Amino acid sequence: MTDNDLLTPYARSLGIRITDGAANGEAPVLCVDAEGAIEGRPGHFHGGAISGLMETAGYAALRSALSEREGGLKLKPINITVQFLAAAKTAPLHAQARITKLGRRNANVEVECWQDDRSRPRATAIMNVLVADRG
Amino acid sequence: MSDALPPFDPDTAGPFLLRSGHVGWLGMRYAGHGPDWVELELPWREDLIGESEVEVLASGPIISMMDMAGGMAIWTRHGVFRPVATLDLRVDYQRPARPRSKVIGRAECYASTRSAAFVRGIAHDGDPADPVAHVAAVFMTINAPGNLERRIGDR
Repeated sequence: MTDNDLLTPYARSLGIRITDGAANGEAPVLCVDAEGAIEGRPGHFHGGAISGLMETAGYAALRSALSEREGGLKLKPINITVQFLAAAKTAPLHAQARITKLGRRNANVEVECWQDDRSRPRATAIMNVLVADRG
Repeated sequence: MSDALPPFDPDTAGPFLLRSGHVGWLGMRYAGHGPDWVELELPWREDLIGESEVEVLASGPIISMMDMAGGMAIWTRHGVFRPVATLDLRVDYQRPARPRSKVIGRAECYASTRSAAFVRGIAHDGDPADPVAHVAAVFMTINAPGNLERRIGDR
């Protein structure tokens, strides 16, 4: 799948890019740089930008996994819960999802985001997503 | 609460807070407030959509708006600007917004303690009785006793 298949217009506009494609059953790794579009209080990422990156990583993981199924499936958000663990400062922010369950009708996805040290996540998220037939 | 916290009036601070950074980039606008709530608006914009073929705002900007409205609702309730950090934020999506529609977000700070503030809210596209999403969030004050700033900011 191309990056354009995995990133929404919103994600590309925010500056989100794919740094590692899906491989060996792992979901793609996404990254956004600490530029003006993401800044909350000075010198820190806005919580909404962090959430947007993680949600995008969750959908990218599902789109990659579903690309092997028959086409025509549409993803619809059910909910997302974000836990903010530490302030994200002026440095690139990375995110990767792990699919906990991918059923015929719905999926459950965990997402983690980090900066320089992957063992110290800045935030985590859990998403429930509806997997629906298109149309 | 520490002394010398700057007073907070959403009518004057709102436009200032929304003019730059992530919320400025999104084009978020201040719409109004009550004793413990704030309302913001997110205009529709083509580069903020969630799918190329459907002209509906992505969910990411709606999370950003509800996070911002939540913080502002806390400052409005207390009448002072005391820095807060979002600890937990949950969004339940009821339905997509209408194509090319702006989304309005109203957040209410319904309870608060010395160190935590609790927020609930809705996002809608014209009719508050038919929301696109419900939101619940918990914020922590970051200059509270115990210096949460050190714990959550500089791990």
